[in-house]
Amino acid sequence: MGKTQAMNFVNEVSQVPGGEGVNLCMQCGTCTASCPSAKIWEFTPSEIIAMVRADMRDEVLSSSSMWCCLSCYSCTVRCPRDVKPTNLFHSLESLAIKHGYKPQNTNTPAMYNSFVKSIKKNGRVSEFNMMMGYYLSTNPFAALGMMSVAWNLLSHGRMPLSARKIKGKNDLDKIIKKLEDIRGDQ
Amino acid sequence: MKSYTYYPGCSSEATAVGLDISARSVAEALGMELKELEDWNCCGSTPYGSLDELEAIVVAARNLALAEKTGLDLVTPCSACFVTLNKARVHMMEKPQLKAKVNEALAAANLEYKGTVKVRLLIEALMADITTQQIAAKVKNPLKGLKIAPYTGCQEVRPRFGFDHPENPVALDSIVEVLGAEVVPYPSKCKCCGGSAVIAEEGLTLELMYRLLDDATKNGAQCIVTPCPLCQMNLDAYQGKVNSKFNAKFNLPVLFVTQLIGVALGLKGDKLGLNKNIINPNKVLAKYL
Ligand code: SF4
Ligand code: SF4
Repeated sequence: MGKTQAMNFVNEVSQVPGGEGVNLCMQCGTCTASCPSAKIWEFTPSEIIAMVRADMRDEVLSSSSMWCCLSCYSCTVRCPRDVKPTNLFHSLESLAIKHGYKPQNTNTPAMYNSFVKSIKKNGRVSEFNMMMGYYLSTNPFAALGMMSVAWNLLSHGRMPLSARKIKGKNDLDKIIKKLEDIRGDQ
Repeated sequence: MKSYTYYPGCSSEATAVGLDISARSVAEALGMELKELEDWNCCGSTPYGSLDELEAIVVAARNLALAEKTGLDLVTPCSACFVTLNKARVHMMEKPQLKAKVNEALAAANLEYKGTVKVRLLIEALMADITTQQIAAKVKNPLKGLKIAPYTGCQEVRPRFGFDHPENPVALDSIVEVLGAEVVPYPSKCKCCGGSAVIAEEGLTLELMYRLLDDATKNGAQCIVTPCPLCQMNLDAYQGKVNSKFNAKFNLPVLFVTQLIGVALGLKGDKLGLNKNIINPNKVLAKYL
């Protein structure tokens, strides 16, 4: 449903793949207590879920919180209500992007963008191109701090500079294009 | 010999090339035939799903559709590919409407996904189909005296597609023991290393890595063993950065589990990509190579 404003936010979230469990949360806080990155979240994992339930659409989608998720799945394992918070946070990211939100104080969306761009270009990720794209789109000078790591990888044959394209790149384009045509508001 | 469709994943061509090399060598030595999935594309990993969940499923599904044609189980050595491909598979299994939509898109490239592919981890297939007994029978260089901190990482066990306990995984321990080495228990065994956040949130992830390395070292580990390309890359390539940030002197080799198995099977270093490791493991492994 695209008339998102007409629908409440909880329903909107529950319709994104991964967001199905949002209604099950009982605010026990186990996810937050288990989260290795909770201290850098603007609102903690359980707070963000409470905010979804409170229909705070704008505050949630503009927040950097869910972008701090490391996908460690500790919350998913421990959640007593099977909310699957990890997938839920990724569905919130997906919604934020779809609706053009640009969360501040996090470079994660830029990193993800650079990653997906690399897939769309060749069908596979070139880790070198992904990193270059990321630093160019955020802070090229920060790349300097990465020189030692990059050199470690380069000198051990773990960072090829050229990207390989899959043969079925056209097929992949066609599949993505077709989805665009048929997905409707999803 | 049992055959599998092999899905190496993008990191196998770059940061985790050592995993790919050693996985292929060990599989061959243990009688698993790995047939690389023809013209596979990136699974999408976490980033694709975070930007566009539905499109990510479609992109992953191209691989599932290609793999289905082979009629074989799909095995991957990569924990992240394992989770991502399985996530797409389960979404389609649970939501017929979504699957129909994915198939409509796949049809643009004359592909269809019926829903029959099994997505497995290489290490799980090794344990279930080859068995630890058979691995033990082929050990040429028992790793006697080698103290190892097994590090399973998050992706492999916690999303519950896994074959092992999500908070106290033991499969890796049993492999280490079967090879003759000693398992070092350490409290942060199941803690996250930070994953790909190392790029955008370096401060936090260096701290997570410091705790792991410190814990493994204090408990007497001579090296860490992991099946995960991301954990290996973080703990190996960023170990120097952890040292500078925390004024530490870690020098802990981080091996892929397939590299360790290979050493015990008597395979040569170049068949295991040992020269791709940044913290040089040769000193620790000298007795066994
Ligand atoms: S652990 Fe589950 S039920 Fe508890 S607050 Fe988190 S999401 Fe809600
Ligand atoms: S999966 Fe994400 S939200 Fe859940 S505990 Fe791990 S880092 Fe925190």
